[in-house]
Amino acid sequence: MPEQYIADKRALNIRWLFEMAWRDSRKNRSRLLLFISSIIFGIAALVAIYSFGYNVKNDVDSQAATLIGADLTISSNKPADKSIQPLLNTLGDRRSQERSFASMIYFPKGNGTRLVQVRALQGGFPYYGALETTPSSAGIDFRNGKKALVDQTLMLQFHSNINDLIKVGNVTFLIAGILNKAPGQTNISAGIAPIVYIPLQYLEQTGLQQKGSRINYNYYFKYDHVIDMPKLVKELEPKLEKVNMNYDTINTRKESTGRSFENLTDFLSLIGFIALLLGCVGVASAIHIYIREKIASIAIMRCLGVRAREAFLIYLIQIIGIGLLGSVIGAVLGSLIQHLMPLIFKDFLPITVSTAISWMAVGQGILLGVIISVLFAMLPLIAIRNISPLNTLRMSYENINLLRDPLRWLVYTLIVGFIMVFTWFQLHSWLGSLFFTLGILVAFLILTLTAKALMKLAKMVLNNSWSYLWRQGFANLYRPNNQTIILIVSIGLSTTFICTLFFIQSMLIRQVNITATTNSANMILFDVQTIQKNPIATLTAQYHLPMIQQVPVVTMRIEKVNGKTEAEMKKDTTNQGVRHLFANEFRATYRDTLSATEKIVDGRWQGKAGKANEVPVSVEDRFAKRSHLKVGDHLLFNVQGAPLQAVIASTRSINWSRMQTNFQIVFPKGVLEDAPQFYAMLTHLPSKSASALYQRAVVKQFPNVSIIDLGQLLSVLDDLLSKVADIIKFMGAFSIITGIVVLIASVRISKYQRIQESVLLRTMGASRRQILTITALEYFFLGALSALTGTLIAYVGSWLLAKYSFQIPFSADILPASGIFLAITVLTVAIGLLNSRGILNKPPLEILRRDV
Amino acid sequence: MENILHIAGLGKTYQSAGHTLTVLDNINFSVTTGSTNAIVGPSGSGKTTLLGLCAGLDRSSTGIVELNGISLGELNEDKRAQVRNQHVGFIFQNFQLLPTLTALENVMVPLELRGEKNVKSRALDLLDKVGLAERSHHYPAQLSGGEQQRVSLARAFSNSPKILFADEPTGNLDAETSEKVIRLLFDLNKEAGTTLVVVTHDLELAAKTQRIIRIKGGKLIADEKTNANA
Repeated sequence: MPEQYIADKRALNIRWLFEMAWRDSRKNRSRLLLFISSIIFGIAALVAIYSFGYNVKNDVDSQAATLIGADLTISSNKPADKSIQPLLNTLGDRRSQERSFASMIYFPKGNGTRLVQVRALQGGFPYYGALETTPSSAGIDFRNGKKALVDQTLMLQFHSNINDLIKVGNVTFLIAGILNKAPGQTNISAGIAPIVYIPLQYLEQTGLQQKGSRINYNYYFKYDHVIDMPKLVKELEPKLEKVNMNYDTINTRKESTGRSFENLTDFLSLIGFIALLLGCVGVASAIHIYIREKIASIAIMRCLGVRAREAFLIYLIQIIGIGLLGSVIGAVLGSLIQHLMPLIFKDFLPITVSTAISWMAVGQGILLGVIISVLFAMLPLIAIRNISPLNTLRMSYENINLLRDPLRWLVYTLIVGFIMVFTWFQLHSWLGSLFFTLGILVAFLILTLTAKALMKLAKMVLNNSWSYLWRQGFANLYRPNNQTIILIVSIGLSTTFICTLFFIQSMLIRQVNITATTNSANMILFDVQTIQKNPIATLTAQYHLPMIQQVPVVTMRIEKVNGKTEAEMKKDTTNQGVRHLFANEFRATYRDTLSATEKIVDGRWQGKAGKANEVPVSVEDRFAKRSHLKVGDHLLFNVQGAPLQAVIASTRSINWSRMQTNFQIVFPKGVLEDAPQFYAMLTHLPSKSASALYQRAVVKQFPNVSIIDLGQLLSVLDDLLSKVADIIKFMGAFSIITGIVVLIASVRISKYQRIQESVLLRTMGASRRQILTITALEYFFLGALSALTGTLIAYVGSWLLAKYSFQIPFSADILPASGIFLAITVLTVAIGLLNSRGILNKPPLEILRRDV
Repeated sequence: MENILHIAGLGKTYQSAGHTLTVLDNINFSVTTGSTNAIVGPSGSGKTTLLGLCAGLDRSSTGIVELNGISLGELNEDKRAQVRNQHVGFIFQNFQLLPTLTALENVMVPLELRGEKNVKSRALDLLDKVGLAERSHHYPAQLSGGEQQRVSLARAFSNSPKILFADEPTGNLDAETSEKVIRLLFDLNKEAGTTLVVVTHDLELAAKTQRIIRIKGGKLIADEKTNANA
């Protein structure tokens, strides 16, 4: 038929679409804002983290010099080779050197001992920044005598004061000042390994430089004139590599510190992203209901000649507008919250972080918010295309299934793709992003299936013999426009998050506790010289303590792998990444049996050396993998000057979570017995007081021996985990708040839908109490089931993490989990009831007359 | 006289729970330009479905619908929307005003859609004709049922349609208001020279049109001329 009767296809009138979007939103703006409020906290979390990240990056750039304290640092874990000494004596205009190592120190005043990091310093280091001390002059003065700077946490722990004494090895030092901060030091590192500075000239006298002592040698250089550092390090690199020395410049430190914080902020962004995703599910659900209510308007517009695409665009514009508004509010909130970040991270920061507004972060947050709210809203929005104008004549909700559209698969793909790409930007690994996305999808899927199962179950078990209130409360779970899926997903996901965090933290702490309280070893003495072995065993016996293990340790280096030296391997492009094999000094042991925590993964364990030319050794499997070593490879060791040819006979897996000595390389008996060696000795202390007495006795008689006390380690670990957990909880709080906002928004949306019904019930004489009971029952079922599902997912997730990631036995407390379950259920019911009070407090007629 | 609407062999069936439900069966008639027509029948006879098909709101299962020479069956939904915007006006039983738009904006929409100029003054003129110029900035919820239907009339005539479909236009109104609305409808229709098709079970209203098409059980059972000269 003649198409000329139809005017030419009219062009899209964008201005009119915007005008219609604005007009149509008139009476719904507060509701639209409520929908979009779900993404506000997710965006706020991300903007806060991004802003913090950008500020850290800028501050690391501007403060990098004070992190390293010099223009150039050269370091090694062995004394400088004679060949390099002339170079070390000529680099820089000013030079300092430092030896750092772990050692016990003794506080005569309080009779206390503690494993610390001793730094023996000579010269004017640091050249940038300062050793922050009390009094401030102590940072310089301590170098002029038998004086020490002692970390502030140690001073507090042992109630020491300036001018008290401290014994390091055989030498007693006067405490010249309190060390508040060393270059690059954080509160966390100070807590784990508190620092004690002494002048280098007294190190020899302390007697702590012995065979087997693990000492780091640092050389600091300062240039008083402008120097082309990249050119200098390019020249130095081959020379330093030859003698296995490393270097660090302001720029390399800038990069490595920046990278560490980038990894941290990337990880935290993922937690923020979970909050955002959670909010987006809320948005999708709310928009779905919104569009349902708009079917009549859309049908009228279609009747008047509005094309499907135009109707779709009108609502898309609304969503973009409101998404933009929500994102801007989120960005403003995030910019305010970022002022808290330096406080939350203060223990982990080696620098002072500023809190300037990062426009880049704000822009990223807003863009992300708009994209993701549109993506998720797209699911219900695409259904607009299918709304028939026939609905003006005969409204049939049941025939309009808003989600039955092939295009929805494209939208699902876009959403999953977006999550993958966003995650990749945080993790820089496709496998990691795949697992993260899958994890999120699985959690969503489980919660959705649970919700569907609940609806089905509610339908099945609903019994006519129940009282009306119970039947109505139960029926609310599955009848049209129910909130079951959205609430179970959002509350369940928040619960999963809180519970997993809680379970993992308590499992880690419990694991250390168990080791500390059982009869297994809870104290390790290391750096025990051969001549000290028997006297320490005697001393231990005098204190009625068991000597659980005496493990010989032999230090050695690898000279060749499969007949190739380091230089030869470097030429071979297939053997990259094995430099650390040659650079490191290894501590190996020898024995004829495997320990209880070891398992052969490949090859055969040989506990005794045979008569073959090559000694069969066992290598830890992860170390072997990292170093590209396998069973049958040949290694030439340099055992303190003596060459020793070995072959890898087996690889072992080790459970590192047990308190015992573990070794990457284990030799069989009958080879190393005569090599220079020292010992690690393990014992068990029944109490804190016994531990303090024993430690004191050991340190007094054997000052070079270092002690790891599991009790002390436990408190350090507890402190560290609490601080890490606080940060994760802070980020997790955004998910929890989002969950609550989604809950409030969902309840309020359902309020609009159920207003007629409640009014009808009230009109027919239902009391306030009866309506409250119906509402309370519905939200009780929703809250209880989502919290229960969330807790169960958290149990499974924690079990997987415990088994595969932390490799510790799984255990989870029922009591705290029950507490979380109860709190979430009560909160859900409370929010449900609070939001329904509007209907209850007003006469039915008033509500009927109001244009809802 | 030229036909503005031509229906031939029109049928509509629905699939419901594995059964085929025939709502309309082999309907044939034509409507001449400028005439007034009523489709009457008891509830469930298929008259609203017939109106929906004639106006291009739905697709028929069989037969053809030609509106102003355009075969609607060959057009996709967007093309049909364009046809509606250019040639068709609607009046509904429940008024179907956009609740978030003022009376004036509701009347402006069809004109704006066509990209026409001076839409505001034309919409105001139409509101004036239906006696609601003073209420132009009120929202539908602020208007009575009769007022809403008058806004609906103004909107229906705003795009100068060639044919106007009215579905039970007085179904939701009291007798007095109905009388006023009907008078207004016929007056405006006469003035604009529009073809009118009214679906109703109000025989009094039907008698005001020039032709009554009777439907029962989805079949056309009678097609008679009246004495009316509206």
